Amino acid sequence: MSINDFLTMRHELILTSLVLLVLIIDLNLKKSQKNRIIPITISLFFIHTVVGFLPAQTGMLFGGMYHTDGLTILMKNILNVGVLIILMQSVNWLKKEENSEKISEFFILLLSTLVGMNFMISSGDFLMLYLGLELATIPMAALAAYTHHQTRSAEAGIKLILSSALSSGILLFGLSLIYGSTGSIYFDTIGTLYSNAPMQVLAFIFFFTGMAFKISLVPFHLWTADVYEGSPVNVTSYFSVISKGASAFILIMVMFTVFHSIAYLWKDIVYLIAVMTMTIGNLFAIRQKNMKRFLAFSSIAQAGFILLGIISGNQIGMTATVYFVLVYIFSNLGAFGVVSAISAKTGKESMDDYDGLYATNPKLTLLMMLSVFSLAGIPPVAGFFGKFFLFTSAASGGYYWLIFIAVLNATISLYYYLLVVKAMFINKSDSPIAFFKSDTITRISLMVCAIGIFVLGFWSQLYEFINSFTFGILN
Amino acid sequence: MNILSLFVLIPVLTIIAILFTSNMKQTRIVSAIGMGIQLIVAGILVYMYLAERNAGNTADMLFYYDAVWFPTLNIHYTIGVDGISVAMIALTAIVVFAGIFASWMVDFLYREFFISLILLASGVFGFFISLDIFTMFLFYEVAVIPMYLLIGIWGSGPKEYSAMKLTLMLMAGSALLFVAILGIYFYSAPAGGVLTFNLLEISKNTIPIEMQRFLFPFAFVGFGILGALFPFHTWSPDGHASAPTAVSMLHAGVLMKLGGYGAFRVAIYLMPEAAHEQAWIFIILTSISVVYGAFGAIAQKDLKYINAYSSVSHCGLVLFAILMMNQTAMNGAIIQMISHGLMTALFFALIGMIYGRTHTRLINEMGGLMKVIPFLGVVYVIAGLASLGLPGLSGFVAEMTIFVGAYQHTDTFHRVATIVATSSIVITAVYILRVVGILLLGPIKDDHYLHLTDAVWYEKLSTLTLLLSIAAIGMAPLWLSDMINFSLGPIIEKISGVTIAGLF
Repeated sequence: MSINDFLTMRHELILTSLVLLVLIIDLNLKKSQKNRIIPITISLFFIHTVVGFLPAQTGMLFGGMYHTDGLTILMKNILNVGVLIILMQSVNWLKKEENSEKISEFFILLLSTLVGMNFMISSGDFLMLYLGLELATIPMAALAAYTHHQTRSAEAGIKLILSSALSSGILLFGLSLIYGSTGSIYFDTIGTLYSNAPMQVLAFIFFFTGMAFKISLVPFHLWTADVYEGSPVNVTSYFSVISKGASAFILIMVMFTVFHSIAYLWKDIVYLIAVMTMTIGNLFAIRQKNMKRFLAFSSIAQAGFILLGIISGNQIGMTATVYFVLVYIFSNLGAFGVVSAISAKTGKESMDDYDGLYATNPKLTLLMMLSVFSLAGIPPVAGFFGKFFLFTSAASGGYYWLIFIAVLNATISLYYYLLVVKAMFINKSDSPIAFFKSDTITRISLMVCAIGIFVLGFWSQLYEFINSFTFGILN
Repeated sequence: MNILSLFVLIPVLTIIAILFTSNMKQTRIVSAIGMGIQLIVAGILVYMYLAERNAGNTADMLFYYDAVWFPTLNIHYTIGVDGISVAMIALTAIVVFAGIFASWMVDFLYREFFISLILLASGVFGFFISLDIFTMFLFYEVAVIPMYLLIGIWGSGPKEYSAMKLTLMLMAGSALLFVAILGIYFYSAPAGGVLTFNLLEISKNTIPIEMQRFLFPFAFVGFGILGALFPFHTWSPDGHASAPTAVSMLHAGVLMKLGGYGAFRVAIYLMPEAAHEQAWIFIILTSISVVYGAFGAIAQKDLKYINAYSSVSHCGLVLFAILMMNQTAMNGAIIQMISHGLMTALFFALIGMIYGRTHTRLINEMGGLMKVIPFLGVVYVIAGLASLGLPGLSGFVAEMTIFVGAYQHTDTFHRVATIVATSSIVITAVYILRVVGILLLGPIKDDHYLHLTDAVWYEKLSTLTLLLSIAAIGMAPLWLSDMINFSLGPIIEKISGVTIAGLF
């Protein structure tokens, strides 16, 4: 391997060394100094994020197992920015007494999963995809059980590991069928060989089911709510934003390159699942009183919207999906940021606790409002543009009824998002959450989200930039 | 810089200025100055528009400006106005200006109140200047969403219920619109052509009739919900009754007009074939709106509910006239939009002022108010007379034109629908005169009312602005209908290919 090959894998390699570095630094810190690992890791990760934006090498490695191009780099950068925000938001919570023993574990586990996601995005064959997927999933169970002295958190960890083991099994079975029927694991080769032979269709269904588990599409979503509720807030936001975004990236790439030839078959399946995911996710979200569960179910519904970008099977859809995920990261992290700031200060996570928040904490309230409006797709914030482009892509395939169902669902989602706004602005409370001042780093992270929510939509160059990639769509 | 962009810019600047104010006095003065400038700019726009037309400029849209926004999808920021949008902009400026003064005494979270109110106004202005359907839709939603907070926080009665109902129903309407807009976009050019959101470009192309049949109901009902089309009007009475004064004014006065404006500018203009085919369904629905709304108003006891139902009836008349699809009726529809916008804003302002004094809105608890608050009483009577269509005031011009236009159709169906709709004039007279009789005349029912004070300066300013506009249209409808007629020309041409001379 030459030095150039190393540069091609820049994202993964830097990240891996970062993980190891954190581990080594942690070993050399005295017990009383453990807190120092927080600023060190965050600044290191910040550098990594910045380096990610530098012009990069593109190409293939390991005989096509690993490939990188402008699009994969963009996707990795999007995830990096999201993770950076999450790390900043979790500082307050990590500094708590109860976590002092295991701060570095949080970073190591979380960044390992990010390495896995990066490999997934860059994968050129199913083997690499599977490796990345496992690397991205197994440490996550440990993260979910991070506050293991709480029964719920431990339960979340077990639920996650069991359900992801099951889905990995299903996925792997599908992969083995694909290999058996085509004799190859490489995306490019399979893409040209795939047909509607019964076994290959079955293989596709197994594969899609496995992925649906990861993205928590209905009817494979049942694990999400408990896992999301049991995990610490910042871990939940990592699950529902970064992990889901990464899986969505993978799904579109695989659907468009590998299974392109049977698009006419999977479009019906995706149609049905999109409708179910949006509707059921929404209907469950309405009844949630815990903010984490609430955001979790609303993120299930959002995953349904992402499918709208996939179903069209064209360039507009790809661009819209990537753009939507980017916007979704900012909007959702804005909401989670507020929840996590409040939870770290007061430990309150129920929607009723948010009553009368505007009177005491107007800035947090405004950010929360912006975020939920962005999630609901209300202009002029970015979420509107994200949804609009997704729906445009679905319309380009002529799916007008699907759009209608989707927009009606957006209206339903507006109902429960407005419930949050109502709690904060209209409801009166005898004991509202008292005013508190967040520390600088939390405020910076919230500020970044707020700016992102405002700017991303109007900034059309960004959309054009994403659109400039070809996505390797076979036509 | 294009004068039209000012209409979005000024509200935004006003909002920013409000953020820096420190007390209620400053806030309302900044708002009043901002919206005062807006009103002046609107006046200048009307003047400039007329000057351009007199100078012989016959372009469809004046002050046209076009900037590319999202090149791949061909989304532009395109603005331009014709006589119809100029009239609507002037109406909005007047109502917003009056609305600021009608909410002079809002003291709870005053900064947020004026910001939301002006944000709503900027959405409405943006909607009327846009020629790109994407931008139009964006502004439409910007205009709808502040409503939730405005009603939810500063409203009265079952405000949370009303706010949620209103927001969700209007958003469901925009869901329908969404589908229509995307459909129009993908058929905006012949196969292989460049797709566009630009209204003028799309109108040059004929959308395939099968698509029109599918999309027209989406577009028309989508806008119709905002225009209180039966049976989707139920948000309107609750919403208006719970909203604070200025919001009721703006909502009934201007926001509901977005529905009527959009219905003909997008739905009928771009899909005329389907409009002709399906008009009968909507004519039936709007006829029901007109009559049902009027009867609903008779049955109500709460002043705001009376006016809200009356709005359903009058806005139904707007949609009814638009569906007649000839020059006279459409001309009437637009005058009716403006006339009703001013009238209903005046009504809501007055109701707010009366409620602020008597602390009740139930008419049977009040009586003889004319004796104690003569200024408000007289203005109320004049507004009422305008509403029931007394010659010399704006209501007469509008309704007369609409019914003459509607009667130009010679077939039985249109005749019957017209006659049914015309009956609303009588019913309107019933509820207006009944309210005036109970509320203003007769003995004073409560001793407390003897000590009420009459309107103060800001209330007079608010009501007189509206009242003078109503009278101006009533006395000299010609310039308004000329302005509208000229711009209706190309639209009517597209719809029917036959141009009928205007009434005035």
